[in-house]
Amino acid sequence: MPVLRIPTPLRAYTNGQSDVNVDGSNISDALTDLTTQYPALKPHLFNEGGDLRPFVNLFVGENNIKDLQGVNTPITDGEKIMLIPSIAGGGHVA
Amino acid sequence: MLPELSRDEILRYSRHLLIPEVGLEGQRKLKNSSALIIGTGGLGSPVSLYLAAAGVGRIGLVDYDVVDSSNLQRQIIHGTSTVGKLKVESARAKLLDLNPEIQIDVYNEPYTSENALRIAKDYDIILDGTDNFPTRYLTNDVAVFLGKPNVYASIYRFDGQVSVFYAKEGPCYRCLFPEPPPPGLVPSCAEGGVLGVLPGTIGTLQATEALKVLLGIGEPLIGKLLLYNALDMSFDFVKLKKNPNCRVCGPNADIKELIDYEEFCGVPSHDHEEGSAGANWDITVQELAERVKTNHLKLVDVREPHELEISRLPNATNIPLGQLAARLSELDSAEDMVLFCKSGARSTRALELLTSAGFKKVKNLKGGINAWAREVDTSLPIY
Repeated sequence: MPVLRIPTPLRAYTNGQSDVNVDGSNISDALTDLTTQYPALKPHLFNEGGDLRPFVNLFVGENNIKDLQGVNTPITDGEKIMLIPSIAGGGHVA
Repeated sequence: MLPELSRDEILRYSRHLLIPEVGLEGQRKLKNSSALIIGTGGLGSPVSLYLAAAGVGRIGLVDYDVVDSSNLQRQIIHGTSTVGKLKVESARAKLLDLNPEIQIDVYNEPYTSENALRIAKDYDIILDGTDNFPTRYLTNDVAVFLGKPNVYASIYRFDGQVSVFYAKEGPCYRCLFPEPPPPGLVPSCAEGGVLGVLPGTIGTLQATEALKVLLGIGEPLIGKLLLYNALDMSFDFVKLKKNPNCRVCGPNADIKELIDYEEFCGVPSHDHEEGSAGANWDITVQELAERVKTNHLKLVDVREPHELEISRLPNATNIPLGQLAARLSELDSAEDMVLFCKSGARSTRALELLTSAGFKKVKNLKGGINAWAREVDTSLPIY
C-alpha cells in the first residue's frame, strides 16, 4: 500500500498517526481512502466544491503532483506520498 | 573592490581562511555583504549569531517586540538580564559582543508594506524568520520585487522547513503556497508550542544557506525544500518548480506592488489586541469575576487536555477546539456561556464556530486564562 505522511498540524485529525497506509492507484483514490479513514481531515484538504485546497501540497516521491498529473498522478505500492503544510512559526511577530 | 581584512580579523576568521571554499577572498566577500533578518525570535537568534560570528559585514534586524521570559526557552540571543528590553537592542548588544568588527542596523518597527521595500533595498539577502503568514507573504513579495534571495525557514512543534526562494533562479514562496491556509487552521507556535531546540536546528540550516548564497559556494536550496522532523529525526527533500501561474513571479504576474497582507491572509500580523473577538463578543476577566458571583454561567475551556495541568478554572467544561464541531450537542444554546483558552485566540475561533451554529448567548474571555491569572487569581501560573 502507498503510505501517506501526515504533517504535525494535521495529526490532530488522524488520531496522532504520522503515516497512514492508503489504498488506491492514484492520488485521488488515496485521498478518498484517507478521508474515509479520517473524515475530520476532509474539510482541511478539500473545499466545499470537492476540489483540493490551493494551500495543500502533495508530493509523490520528490515531485509535486501539480508538476505531474495532479490528483490523477498514479501511485504504486509502498510509494511515499507527503502532504506538505503551510507552517508559519519562527520568531515573534516581526 | 572587496575590503581588506585587518590583522585582528585575520586571526578571528582563521578557521574560515583555512577552508579553500571560503579563504581570504570569501571572507572579504562576507565582510562586504549584508543580510536582513526579519524577526529576532526563535529562528532569528541562531541565524543572527552565526552570521555575525561568520563576519557578515552588515546585519539588519527587524522586530518591534520586547524580550519576555517565555521567549528564553528557545530565543537564545536574549537573556534573563534583557527581559523587558527591546529585542533588537538586546540582540544588537549580544551580536556586537560576539563580533565588534561588524555593523548591526536595527529597525524597531513592524515590517509592513509601508516600510519593507525601504528597509530591505540595501541588503544582499533577506532571511525570513517570522511567525505569521502575512509577514511571510510580504517578505516573499519584497524579495521578488527587489530581485533578492529570500532564505526561508519555518517551524512548528517538531517540524521545520528550509528553502531558498530566489525568483531570478527558481521558485518563490508563492509558487509553492499560492494562498495561505484559512485563519485558524494552522496554530501559531504561541498556541501550538514548539520544541525549544527546533529553531536552533532549523535556524543554523538557514544561516548555512545564507552563507552559501553570499559566498557563491555549494548548492543552495534553490528549487528544493527541506523538511525536517525532530521526533523521527528525518530529513526529506522535495523538488520545487516555478509555478507558471504565480501571481508575483510568473510570466503573467498580476501583483506588481505590495498589497494588504493582513487582508490577503485574513489574519492580523501585528495584533496587540490578541485574543479579542470584538467588543460585542468579549467579556473581560473583571466582568467575568463579577458575573460568576451572581449568575450561573457555563464556562467552556477550549484548550488541549494537557494544558489543564498548568492552570484551570473551577467548574469549566473542557472541549478542545478541534473537537468542538463534533461535540456541539453537549452544549445548550439557551445557556449563558463563556469560552476561554490560553490567551483568547482559540476561544475567538470557537466563538465564531458556535455563533455560526446559531448560538447567541456566548462570550469570549478576552485575554484568556492568562489574563485571569494576571488580574483575578494571581495564584495561577501564566504560560
